[in-house]
Amino acid sequence: MYGGGNIFEPSNHNDVLNEDPVKLQEFEARIERGEKIEPSDWMPKLYRKQLIRMIEQHAHSEIIGALPEGTWITRAPGFKRKLALMAKVQDEVGHAQLLYSAAETLGKSREDMISDLINGKSKYSNIFNYPAYTWADSCFISWLVDAGAIVNQVANSKGSYGPYCRALERICIEESFHLKYGHHCVIHLATGTPKQRQMMQEAVDRWWAPMMHFFGPSDKISVHTEILMKWKVKMASNDDCRQQFLDMYVPKIWELGLTVPDTNLKKNEETGMWEFTEPDWEEFKRVINGDGPCNEERLAVRRMAEERGQWVRNALKSADMKYVTPLA
Amino acid sequence: MTEAIKDLLYKIADDQLIIGHRNSEWTGLGPMLEEDIAFSSMAQDKVGQSLAFYNLLHDLGESDPDTVAFMRNANQFHNCQLVELPIGEYDFSLVRHFLFDHAEMIRFEMLSNSAVEEIAQLARKLVGEIRYHVMHADVWIKQLGVGDTRERLQKALEMALPYALGIFEESKYEQDLISNDIFSGEQALRDTWQSSITTVLTETELQLPDLTTLTPLIGGRYGDHSDHLQPLLDEMSEVFKVDPGADW
Repeated sequence: MYGGGNIFEPSNHNDVLNEDPVKLQEFEARIERGEKIEPSDWMPKLYRKQLIRMIEQHAHSEIIGALPEGTWITRAPGFKRKLALMAKVQDEVGHAQLLYSAAETLGKSREDMISDLINGKSKYSNIFNYPAYTWADSCFISWLVDAGAIVNQVANSKGSYGPYCRALERICIEESFHLKYGHHCVIHLATGTPKQRQMMQEAVDRWWAPMMHFFGPSDKISVHTEILMKWKVKMASNDDCRQQFLDMYVPKIWELGLTVPDTNLKKNEETGMWEFTEPDWEEFKRVINGDGPCNEERLAVRRMAEERGQWVRNALKSADMKYVTPLA
Repeated sequence: MTEAIKDLLYKIADDQLIIGHRNSEWTGLGPMLEEDIAFSSMAQDKVGQSLAFYNLLHDLGESDPDTVAFMRNANQFHNCQLVELPIGEYDFSLVRHFLFDHAEMIRFEMLSNSAVEEIAQLARKLVGEIRYHVMHADVWIKQLGVGDTRERLQKALEMALPYALGIFEESKYEQDLISNDIFSGEQALRDTWQSSITTVLTETELQLPDLTTLTPLIGGRYGDHSDHLQPLLDEMSEVFKVDPGADW
């Protein structure tokens, strides 16, 4: 799971002025030709920096995202759901492992990345700063948050950095199973008893605003990312991803007799574009900067896990051990 | 004889369900991502194994697996108390995993020769999974049972052992099961288990206390549990009980 709305550092062409122009040209030509950049290849400093930042945010989102869903593993109703949810959340942790390895190929260790997460220096997907109050919330996440993630990740898997693309291809295959599982759960609730239907509708009502935030601010107001698009770091605009998501999933939500809490939501048949109430971007900024309902709790849990596990990790270290960058 | 077989199946199924549930609590919280993933894999295997045994019970006339697992109270569960204890720190969870899985592997190996063919078949299938769990436990016990971490593990071992001896609490049908070649019995299992864990522990700096001086914490097989089981079951069935008749 994970979405768009990556927080890139503002950048402009000045950042690449100090790069060797010949190498830069060659690098850009390779990307233009659709070649993948591999860890030992030359790359501009800004490319490296923004990729680390993006992959790291993605990896953090996987482990933080395991928390709201993880709390429902021990409550999942029945064997079928219990076994499936365990496997699903395990996949997410596995994605984190893959992604930290992909980011490590660029020169930042997993330990440093996790330490930046715990210190609040590096971000994760904003949606996980909202609580999963009921079983239906966990079903919403499995279906629609993962669906949103797929939209974004399929686009990014066509990017330029080899290790990240390969990790994403594998991740997308697993995510598509999560989506099927989540859809199956939501269908059962939405077509179930009055109590189940009520649970599901309330979950949709709670999660709609975070879901619209999920793809990040409109491209009209987000930082300039032209060079990142050119380098195929960022592959699709936030608005395009959001439109694609709405187009694929709003009809499916309506089909189940559920409503979406936005009376302005409709497809303009002339333009083919979805129209909706502009999400509250002030809230998005406030939450991403630490003031959401669960930011503190999520980081506290992660910090506690890191501290409690420190003695185990220390025991694995030996004096003559060397840091090894994972193979791409 | 059916009652004896049901009793045997219930204790295995309940053990697997409860230890699986506990292992799953490590998801997202392990000392490293690789251990989150490992504990989750074992949890999935064990909950899946419990389902297989509840299905055998269903064939013998018991309720369906969901009802049996999600609707009973603690005093109707036959698991040993070891598996219901909270996960605690990683040292305790690891030691429990080591002590429990060695016993499970031997139990399943014994049951592979059971006179009840359905049980034998299932045990032969599942023992392969448990062997991997044992390998995982052994690697970590050898890694952490020495040096600076030895003391943490030694304490966890001493805390867990009386509960571990409760695994081998005998059923009231023990002699029937043995004489009908259904199961070789808890005493035989315990003897093999002791030698099996001793072999691993001798490769560490951990000391196995004289087990004959310990008082086993028993009762679990007869529905007598610690205060930890009922809250676990309440949590597990929280959603299911919103509407037990509903299709979730």
